[in-house]
Amino acid sequence: MKARVHVMLKDGVLDPQGEAVRNALGHLGFEGVGAVRQGKVIELDLTGFDKAAAEAEVRAMCEKLLANTVIEKYTVEIV
Amino acid sequence: MKAAVITFPGSNCDRDLQDAFVKAGAEVVKVWHKETALPAGIDVIGIPGGFSFGDYLRCGAIASRSPIGQAVADFARRGGYVLGVCNGFQVLAEMGLLPGALMRNAGLKFISKPVALRVETADSLYTEGYAAGQEIVIPIAHADGNYQIDAEGLARLRGEDRVAFRYVNNPNGATDDIAGVLSENRRVLGMMPHPERVVEPAQGGTDGAALFRALTGVMAAA
Repeated sequence: MKARVHVMLKDGVLDPQGEAVRNALGHLGFEGVGAVRQGKVIELDLTGFDKAAAEAEVRAMCEKLLANTVIEKYTVEIV
Repeated sequence: MKAAVITFPGSNCDRDLQDAFVKAGAEVVKVWHKETALPAGIDVIGIPGGFSFGDYLRCGAIASRSPIGQAVADFARRGGYVLGVCNGFQVLAEMGLLPGALMRNAGLKFISKPVALRVETADSLYTEGYAAGQEIVIPIAHADGNYQIDAEGLARLRGEDRVAFRYVNNPNGATDDIAGVLSENRRVLGMMPHPERVVEPAQGGTDGAALFRALTGVMAAA
């Protein structure tokens, strides 16, 4: 079983990297890009869990390590 | 007076921090990150600058969950003194011992230069060698020193006089120009600037010496 974790900065937290990407897109002539937010995708191979247990375990991993919940939010997808 | 300086893979200011403590009269024990306990009789822990664990995942994230990280957190929660400089500040924030988080500099660049700081409070063992409002010059060297904290947290820091240092000219976008913060019990200090790099004239400045002298002097007398 695979889990996919998306970690994004919380709304309202300034993202300097996303802002730089937005500027670069503008320089390349791409128009109509309002805002860019940059995050992370983390994939985990899991063994020995059913789907519900896997999701609970990965959420615990997010709280303890994978995300810094002071500034980041996360979603867990079991695939 | 005995200080422990922790070394993680990627720490690169541990020798400088050790020297600063030694010059201020402390005995220093170096502690490797794989240790699970601190040596006996430690009065203060120094967490040095550098790029612990290659800054993987987030700056300080892996170090804060390392075996020695747990011992450091326990030491702080028992009321121990912990000084985190630069990457050490990031580690302390990741441990939850200090509020807020350190993000990528607003200008995205790594900045390495001396900066002017204002000492905002003399009410801590770290800052009592300075006068509140005093300006000092301490070098910074970081890419992720942009201190972020929510409005409620900021109000609390201000209300409790826990902002130790502010930048005179904000180099990295930090909220409220904050360069260093104290814990609620004022015994944990995290700061992005490097006081250990300015403790003797040969380093080009001595504005950091008072921090280490006050820390070791008070503890030696106690």
